[in-house]
Amino acid sequence: MTAARLLFTKPWIWSFAATVIVWVVTVLFTGGASSLGLSQAALTFAAFSVIVGIGQMFVITLGPGNIDLSVPATMTLSGTLALKLMDVQDGMILVGLLTSILLGFAIGIGNYALIKLLRIPPIIATLSISFIVQSTAIWANRGLRIKPPEVLASFTTSSLFGIPNIAIVALILSVVAWVLLKKTIYGRWISAIGQSTFAARMTGIPVDGTRLVTYILCAVLASICGYLLASFSGGAALNMGSEYLLMSIAVVVIGGTAVAGGNSNIPGIWGASLFMFLVVSMLNTYGFGAGFRLILTGLIIIAVILVAGGRQSNR
Amino acid sequence: MPPHCPAQIIDDVFRMNEITARREMVAARGVKVTFGAVKALDGADLVIHCGECVGLVGHNGAGKSTIVNVINGSLNPHAGEVSYGGATAQHGISTARAKGVRCVFQELSLCPNLTVNENARVMHAELAGWNWRTRAVALVKQQLGEIFPGHGIDCDSTIDDLSIAERQMVEIAISFAGLNEKPKLVILDEPTSSLDAGLAAQLMAYIRKFVGEGGSVLLISHILGEILSTSDRIVVMKDGRVVADRSASEFSTRSLVEAMGNVVREQEWQRAVDKRDGAPVLAMPPRRGHGLAFQAHRGEMIGLAGLAGHGQTETLLDLYLSRNSNWWPARRKDIAFVAGDRSLNGIFPLWSILNNLSIASLGDISSRSIVDHDREGVLGNGWKKRIEIRTPDMENRILSLSGGNQQKVLFARALATTARIVLMDDPMRGVDVGTKQEVYDILRSEAATGRTFIWYSTEMDEIRLCDRVYVFREGAIVAELAGDEITEKNVLEASFSAGEAA
Repeated sequence: MTAARLLFTKPWIWSFAATVIVWVVTVLFTGGASSLGLSQAALTFAAFSVIVGIGQMFVITLGPGNIDLSVPATMTLSGTLALKLMDVQDGMILVGLLTSILLGFAIGIGNYALIKLLRIPPIIATLSISFIVQSTAIWANRGLRIKPPEVLASFTTSSLFGIPNIAIVALILSVVAWVLLKKTIYGRWISAIGQSTFAARMTGIPVDGTRLVTYILCAVLASICGYLLASFSGGAALNMGSEYLLMSIAVVVIGGTAVAGGNSNIPGIWGASLFMFLVVSMLNTYGFGAGFRLILTGLIIIAVILVAGGRQSNR
Repeated sequence: MPPHCPAQIIDDVFRMNEITARREMVAARGVKVTFGAVKALDGADLVIHCGECVGLVGHNGAGKSTIVNVINGSLNPHAGEVSYGGATAQHGISTARAKGVRCVFQELSLCPNLTVNENARVMHAELAGWNWRTRAVALVKQQLGEIFPGHGIDCDSTIDDLSIAERQMVEIAISFAGLNEKPKLVILDEPTSSLDAGLAAQLMAYIRKFVGEGGSVLLISHILGEILSTSDRIVVMKDGRVVADRSASEFSTRSLVEAMGNVVREQEWQRAVDKRDGAPVLAMPPRRGHGLAFQAHRGEMIGLAGLAGHGQTETLLDLYLSRNSNWWPARRKDIAFVAGDRSLNGIFPLWSILNNLSIASLGDISSRSIVDHDREGVLGNGWKKRIEIRTPDMENRILSLSGGNQQKVLFARALATTARIVLMDDPMRGVDVGTKQEVYDILRSEAATGRTFIWYSTEMDEIRLCDRVYVFREGAIVAELAGDEITEKNVLEASFSAGEAA
């Protein structure tokens, strides 16, 4: 009884509940035939949302106004540059990954430099950076589609004991992020800044340093995600990140992280990412048209947020 | 001797009249309120008659703010009843307002993004229709002038731009103002916590005038002098009950403190001999290019005095920020800050009491950047005992504490650090007498070990505890007083004289 009640006070429980319902409904429709395939696909595609979602969640935790809109452009440029550099050679896999991470570092610094030097809101600063990054990707890509190295391509598309490798990578990153958030001084700091920046400053927290690290972290995670996604889908495409702009924000919000900052949770991001993929595939299985599908997706998301949000407000 | 002397009969009749004239304004009887495991009110009675000022005193967490919230309708008591004007009415905020109950909260409750006149509109719905702004300005201006003559507040300014003292003045004025109908009962919860002595005296004079005209006031304050001089009757609360309810003339400061359950201690603060030896640990050139320079030495207790809002808080912020990087984590914390405006720069509302307490000393209780929960718990329990934070569990949310107890947590946060310099921005707002004395004792022993305290206070009693005092006027230091020179007279002289000392 008390355990159940404790469970229901967790904000992430609702995204998982919704995920299970949608999964059951979809599997019932297909008579159970697709359950394994559906689960594997859900885990794979959710993993990409989880990786960018975690980064976005750290930024959103910093408090009102903090958001990173450069996520899709960063993914695209990272995928494009990494594949170009690796040039289908297996020996260059690590060099490619390192380049991606360095690129994320640079974009994160660029984002925060703009926020700090020009004193513009993060939403504008990251959007401006995103145009620069996207244009660089277009210039670097020039319509060529370069394949990923063989080993990397097979790693990203295969599974270990039935669990997609991508999902395992996302899980490891989630655990690291969870430790960072809940156990370290840094995690306390970003939560404090999200609740009251001035109070955080007056308790001796280096506010600017912490925010800079957080924007870098978000950009690095987006870069890693772009690197993995490009390898998974057999080459970088210029629009490969576009879907993840809203996705990265949606999974954070549906997952139960407070949009006003200061409070975040990682399990919710998994629930929300799985849910977002399963809703679309459920509606596909039922054979709805594209327009109707989008309307339903929107309505279902609103419903989940209403249920979860109603819970949170009476704490 | 006739059995009834006529004079006595007349006297009796007169007294009868007086009793019937003193109608009940509001009465709360046998009220019980619990928050989780905490019994905030445990069968408390409070009756306020028309035309009297009732003083309400008690510890932090004694239930003062809770009973106020019951009377103003925002809390529903779990047992007991509340009646307005003798009739039990439906309970609720709108009922209480309709009966003429107004409340000035301890946590200032103006909207910071609105102007003074817009805030007046929020409180007074009847300020509707064409040209309400002009009427709102006139209303607030008139009321401010009546309570605080010569205040100098611009009613078109945004609340954000006002100092905390000015906000308190505006909120008090808005609550006393009435367009069609004057309020019948005004509840003042710590109204003078941010006001200096002059403004506080103006407010007390106005309360007497308001009461003389038939209004009622419930005055909550930790400054016992105010309570004794202004109230007709004093109610003392302890642990959610009323433990004394007598005419104010029957109390003295000593008996009042004893009624609250404290042992009276004589204020004997052995001032150490001049500690100004060696290099200063903290120094600042004269602010705004004039006045005196600021210096602090090891183990000193330095007071920042002067009228409220004359640059003391800004000085503390400058001192703090100049010693604290915004980019790199400090390897060793050497300066800590105790906030006065706790909702603005003090507490983290989503967190537990423990997390709020430990945030400034995370570096000392963690290894390799991982916070050690056991050591955090030990730290928390140690300070819970030392400064008596009233809670069953340090894992409870910070907002479950009363205002004074939240302030204690902020104190503990700063004192728990290894910082050798502690800046305090009028931190005793809303802290009860007993706790104040305990905190003074802690400060004294910490100063003896070489900690330096820089203390801005609006209370003369606290300024007198300091070794050395800087008096502020218009943003600059105009006088420095040391040792026996620190008297109320000298401080006031320096704060009003137009800076001859400079």
